[in-house]
Amino acid sequence: MWDYSEKVLDLFYNPLNQGVIADLHEPDVAVVYGEVGSIACGDALRLHLKIQESTETILDSQFQTFGCTSAIASSSALTEIIKGKTLDEALNINNQDIADYLGGLPEAKMHCSVMGQEALEAAIYNYRGIEIEEHEEDEGTLICTCYGITEPRIRRVAIENDLTTVEQVTNYVKAGGGCGSCLAGIEDILIEIKQEKAATATRVAAEISAASPDSLSPIQKINLIQKVLAEEIRPVLMADGGDVELFDVSGDVVKVQLKGACGSCDSSLATLKGSIETRLQSSVATELTVVAV
Amino acid sequence: MVLYLDNNATTKIDPDVLKVMFPYLSEFYGNPSSMHSFGGQVGAAVQDARAQVADLLGAEDTEIIFTSCGSEGNNTAIHAALAAQPEKRHIVTTVVEHPAILNVCKHLEKKGYTVTYLSVDGRGQIDLMEVEAAITGGTALVTTMHANNETGVVFPVEQIGAIAKECGATFHVDAVQSVGKLPIDLKNSTIDLLTLSGHKLHAPKGIGALYCRRGFRFRPFILGGHQERGRRAGTPNVASIVALGKAAELARQNLLNVDRESRLRDLLEQRLLALIPDCEVNGGGTTRLPNTTNIGFKYIEGEAILFMLDKHGICASSGSACTSGSLDPSHVLTAMGLPYTILHGSIRFSLSRFTTEAEIQQVVDVMPGIVEKLRAISPFNSEQSEWLQGRDLVRAT
Repeated sequence: MWDYSEKVLDLFYNPLNQGVIADLHEPDVAVVYGEVGSIACGDALRLHLKIQESTETILDSQFQTFGCTSAIASSSALTEIIKGKTLDEALNINNQDIADYLGGLPEAKMHCSVMGQEALEAAIYNYRGIEIEEHEEDEGTLICTCYGITEPRIRRVAIENDLTTVEQVTNYVKAGGGCGSCLAGIEDILIEIKQEKAATATRVAAEISAASPDSLSPIQKINLIQKVLAEEIRPVLMADGGDVELFDVSGDVVKVQLKGACGSCDSSLATLKGSIETRLQSSVATELTVVAV
Repeated sequence: MVLYLDNNATTKIDPDVLKVMFPYLSEFYGNPSSMHSFGGQVGAAVQDARAQVADLLGAEDTEIIFTSCGSEGNNTAIHAALAAQPEKRHIVTTVVEHPAILNVCKHLEKKGYTVTYLSVDGRGQIDLMEVEAAITGGTALVTTMHANNETGVVFPVEQIGAIAKECGATFHVDAVQSVGKLPIDLKNSTIDLLTLSGHKLHAPKGIGALYCRRGFRFRPFILGGHQERGRRAGTPNVASIVALGKAAELARQNLLNVDRESRLRDLLEQRLLALIPDCEVNGGGTTRLPNTTNIGFKYIEGEAILFMLDKHGICASSGSACTSGSLDPSHVLTAMGLPYTILHGSIRFSLSRFTTEAEIQQVVDVMPGIVEKLRAISPFNSEQSEWLQGRDLVRAT
């Protein structure tokens, strides 16, 4: 028996937002849907959206799903997540967000969350009159003939979810789960992605070391400081209940505000200031000093 | 409260079976091979159990080899058949076998054997003309199931065996699902090797038996000590063997009442089909086990149905892709050429001698509501649904 979370079972037994949305032709309101899957695959989702046109905000969302327990729960979760969001915000939702909302999904069921994300994309693209990406993906080389999964689709999901094994790809997009003839093909794609990632990393490292800190304009310097703060320093602090915010940069002096657990603890302040300084010096410019305000 | 209608998956240990096996887990712990009377009395119990199993099958005691499970029996049988005629490199089986046969055959193909997989029709039945055409003088082994675990469809094994014998092939029958549900008389049979498993007939898990016809040149699969007349090494699982013996005796008695199970099964089918639109019995057009029904509920998915049933304490199973972990729906239902609308929504209910009419009625009471609820969520609910138009509903073979 699948080890479903309580949230999955709750949304399966008591699904929220199940049904369709009637188009009452109200002013400033559009009703659209997006669909993904088919009865052959064993799961299919049609996601309905009611959109306020002036603000591009999702007013309501309903689903119809043919599929298993987790497919129904994922669909219901998605409708809850996107209500009140703008279309741009909704497009930033990925399958992991759906899985997280559900308190996790068994690995072999992750494709249910991918289906939700794709139906959402299809519905929004449908509203915007954009050819859906799935269509573009359909045009790539067909890798898995059992489930009609193309190379671009495998690539996208593998990169987005940082998949490294063929089994993971099967769990996320089903490719390879039928006759298994394409397993070697999927492996080749993963090897390619890995090589591309390694090549990109080498190139970026080379570019960074080529760019002399002296050549940074004030704006570039501030941007870089913010980037280092956001990507390297804040995640570490937040894990301990703290946070840091950039207050100002004047010349080579970086003024920061320490918050939360770290701001209230005097003893750790000096150490903390020192380690932020060291990191900024190595990643941005050696002459920087950090002042806590 | 558990309402258990998944007896083809496993069965409850009969209380009488439990009673007879317990002493062999406590006071009678001797090794039946030992040269003292403490072990000897245990050996006598094993011999009694062997006789009980032989009785159920119409076999002689020496023709019974105790094994650990059905999979061991099947692996052993295939190995023995190929070892008996090493010059022959051809196997005939069917597309609907249990993985304990199919995966062994696939493995053997890699080792240079040729395997012919016989097809089934829309009812899940095989075609004897195809059997006749497939078996040749070069065939070492013909292996088929007696009854299918998913649909309950019964194969005409004696007719298949007759063709196998004409060609000099060894004939093995995987009877894991049929022993105790259908009468079997191996005295007057074409079967050389037959597999059974204890936990399908109210004995515990981890015990099985392989019937091996007297005169068959059997070469063992598990090598080691001289147990089971040198045919299966390993200290015997005494308590479970005693249990299997008792279970076989009870099964033999129950064969006289098996009509009761088929009557309840038929009742379940008739009532569900009358109350729920768009459903049908898979394999309903041919001979079936008395205890099994496999019903396809169109436009909804089997795993979802199982979780709904689970909430009512009802245990059943499904051949849907989502239950298997393989992502592909049941190979048995797919081989029958069923449309996707049925394939994904098929549920197997399998009864036992403990099933009551009140339990059947409970399923009948909840099932229509479950189907209705899931169909309300589904984007398709009839063949006319616009999303189903222009799509292939049957897998191309």
